[in-house]
Amino acid sequence: MSTHTLSVLVENTPGVLARVSSLFSRRGFNIDSLAVGPTEIPEISRMTIVVNVESNSLEQVTKQLNKLVNVLKIVEMDSSTAVERELVLVKVKADASTRGQVLETVQLFRAKVVDVAPDAVTIEATGNPDKLAAMLRVLEPFGIRELVQSGMVAVARGGRSITDRSLRSLTSAG
Amino acid sequence: MSEQLTGAQSLIRALETVGVDTVFGIPGGAVLPAYDPLLDSSQIRHILVRHEQGAGHAAQGYAAASGKVGVCMATSGPGATNLVTPLADAHMDSVPIVAITGQVASAAIGSDAFQEADIRGITMPITKHSYLVTDPAEIPRTIAEAFHIASTGRPGPVLVDIAKDALQAFTEYDYPESVSLPGYRPTTRPHAKQVREAAKLIVEARRPVLYVGGGVIRAQAWQELRVLVDMAQIPVVTTLMARGALPDSHPLHRGMPGMHGSVAAVGSLQRADLIVSLGARFDDRVTGKLSSFAPDAKVIHADIDPAEISKNRVADVPIVGDCREVIADLVVALQAEHGAGHKGDYAAWRDWTGGLGQRYPLGYETPGDGSLAPQYVIERIGALTGPDATYCAGVGQHQMWASQFIKYEHATKWINSGGLGTMGFAVPSAMGAKVARPDEVVWAIDGDGCFQMTNQELATCAIERIPIKVAVINNSSLGMVRQWQTLFYNGRYSNTDLHSTRIPDFAKLAEAYGCVGLRCDKADEVDDTIKQALEIDDAPVVIDFAVHRDAMVWPMVPAGTSNDDIQIARDMAPEFDEDDL
Repeated sequence: MSTHTLSVLVENTPGVLARVSSLFSRRGFNIDSLAVGPTEIPEISRMTIVVNVESNSLEQVTKQLNKLVNVLKIVEMDSSTAVERELVLVKVKADASTRGQVLETVQLFRAKVVDVAPDAVTIEATGNPDKLAAMLRVLEPFGIRELVQSGMVAVARGGRSITDRSLRSLTSAG
Repeated sequence: MSEQLTGAQSLIRALETVGVDTVFGIPGGAVLPAYDPLLDSSQIRHILVRHEQGAGHAAQGYAAASGKVGVCMATSGPGATNLVTPLADAHMDSVPIVAITGQVASAAIGSDAFQEADIRGITMPITKHSYLVTDPAEIPRTIAEAFHIASTGRPGPVLVDIAKDALQAFTEYDYPESVSLPGYRPTTRPHAKQVREAAKLIVEARRPVLYVGGGVIRAQAWQELRVLVDMAQIPVVTTLMARGALPDSHPLHRGMPGMHGSVAAVGSLQRADLIVSLGARFDDRVTGKLSSFAPDAKVIHADIDPAEISKNRVADVPIVGDCREVIADLVVALQAEHGAGHKGDYAAWRDWTGGLGQRYPLGYETPGDGSLAPQYVIERIGALTGPDATYCAGVGQHQMWASQFIKYEHATKWINSGGLGTMGFAVPSAMGAKVARPDEVVWAIDGDGCFQMTNQELATCAIERIPIKVAVINNSSLGMVRQWQTLFYNGRYSNTDLHSTRIPDFAKLAEAYGCVGLRCDKADEVDDTIKQALEIDDAPVVIDFAVHRDAMVWPMVPAGTSNDDIQIARDMAPEFDEDDL
């Protein structure tokens, strides 16, 4: 088993998220994380799906996804040539005695404090999954009261865009 | 200003534009608006069924027999959910149908309104695509897309759910000149390099087999297949979905592979060094235990659906494309190989596989107690009716016997539920097939269990003058389940006795439905009864054949075991004589 990151361009139509996610559950594939949002083209949404599968299953996932009429394009991101980011918001116990240490950690990881209360600080951090995991390990001894984490988003390095051709096909179709 | 129509009128006009001539359905609250303009259509014949499941299977039978898209229509909620089984069936067997359902008014969607069900959500995993239309202007485009998706690429079911207010509202009719679906571009042209590679493997092989599946039927590629077989001189097996793709009488035909396949077909695949899969999908009922399936074979896998290739068995040469084009190209590529002096020598292999067929022909025992052998009944129906008739089956023992003992000489004459295995498929699918082929004899070979699931459509057949013939192979039990109980549950017959020789009286039931009801329980009356049924062409006929209940389907590869463990009768294995290979 290994982790793969798929960037999936889909038509921005009702039900498309349900189609994609139900396909994963029906075919017995596990989603580690999923992020979905608009792209520079209003008609197209982009899903970043992290799956943990064997390589032959990955081929099945991709082929099955491709069969969905609303799926326009699937690209597997190579973590060595892609920028991968997650966002966490974490509420950490911090009173007058520990706040300094917590803030030090925030600086070390180039995170941000977005809210302060007498007994806690809320930290915003972005980064690749490894960096965020490392930061959370350091913060854990202080006491994590609440944690919310986004799915991963990823984009390939370099000047090329994976939406280029999809855009052309959509506009020529329109 | 262009003409104003209601969404419902727009729907019916779109259906007419796309060429629909038959719709099977039942009206209800949410779909009512669509039924009003349907009354005025001179092009579309609406056949009022008695249950929506019947509409769905009828649309499947119609599609399979006509090669066109079958259409069924139902109302929201329970009407729509009753279509779930046919949609799942059509999805598994790649049958092009479009289901049109009414939905509650768009403002009420999500409020648990009366007769509301999220049918688009429910059917997402069992349709090729599904739509919910709330804007009347979208209706013509949606219908155009739905028919395009259903009928192209790997065919399949498409659901179009239309909110009631969209049917009622006024709109402009704007049917698209062409369909544009950027995310849907099926590959039909095979890759030339892959085809050449396949031809090379074929001429290098010593023990090749053509493994022909339902894709050859859906692609209408039987003529191309015949050319390929005659040129390549390779033994052929046809799956349950492909019976008739090559005539059973063809000397290279080794029969049906799989759990109840012939020894020759199963043995050929197991010993092959090359399997050329054409529109088949290595279903578990064909491969048996996958890890021991055809252990020495390389695989050429041609399918229009790339997701089928290497799904179950890894392909050495994958070919994505329409079977008709693939086979045609393969013929050309093989000719080139032959022209270059490369020709496979399969004579010994043909003899060996053919010998298996001679040593282990399909057969059955005549019961010693004078009761009727079900296989005999089915064999006689096939023999007396001939290969030009259409045969539809339910699911179970009678289905296997109908695939084994009726001799198929033409494609699309055998219509059954292969993938989903839907009991009750026979009567409604025969009804649909008969509508598509009014001048042909259409038999529903059914079991007593299956028949009781959908026989209400006899009323439809009688009233709409769709004179199908139904043979109820009545062993008074859920025969296939009983067979498994005999073999694997020590004869403990838990809930498989239907008592159908007592209740109901099928002949009387038939009469009550306005059909002709006949009975037969003696071997020497079988022919006369069948002939009597064949002479009636103005009403549906039902024959209750009371048959021996302990008859079993053989050969059999027990579920989960290797094809090598095929049995020709209980505890009897064939000898393969592999030294001769």
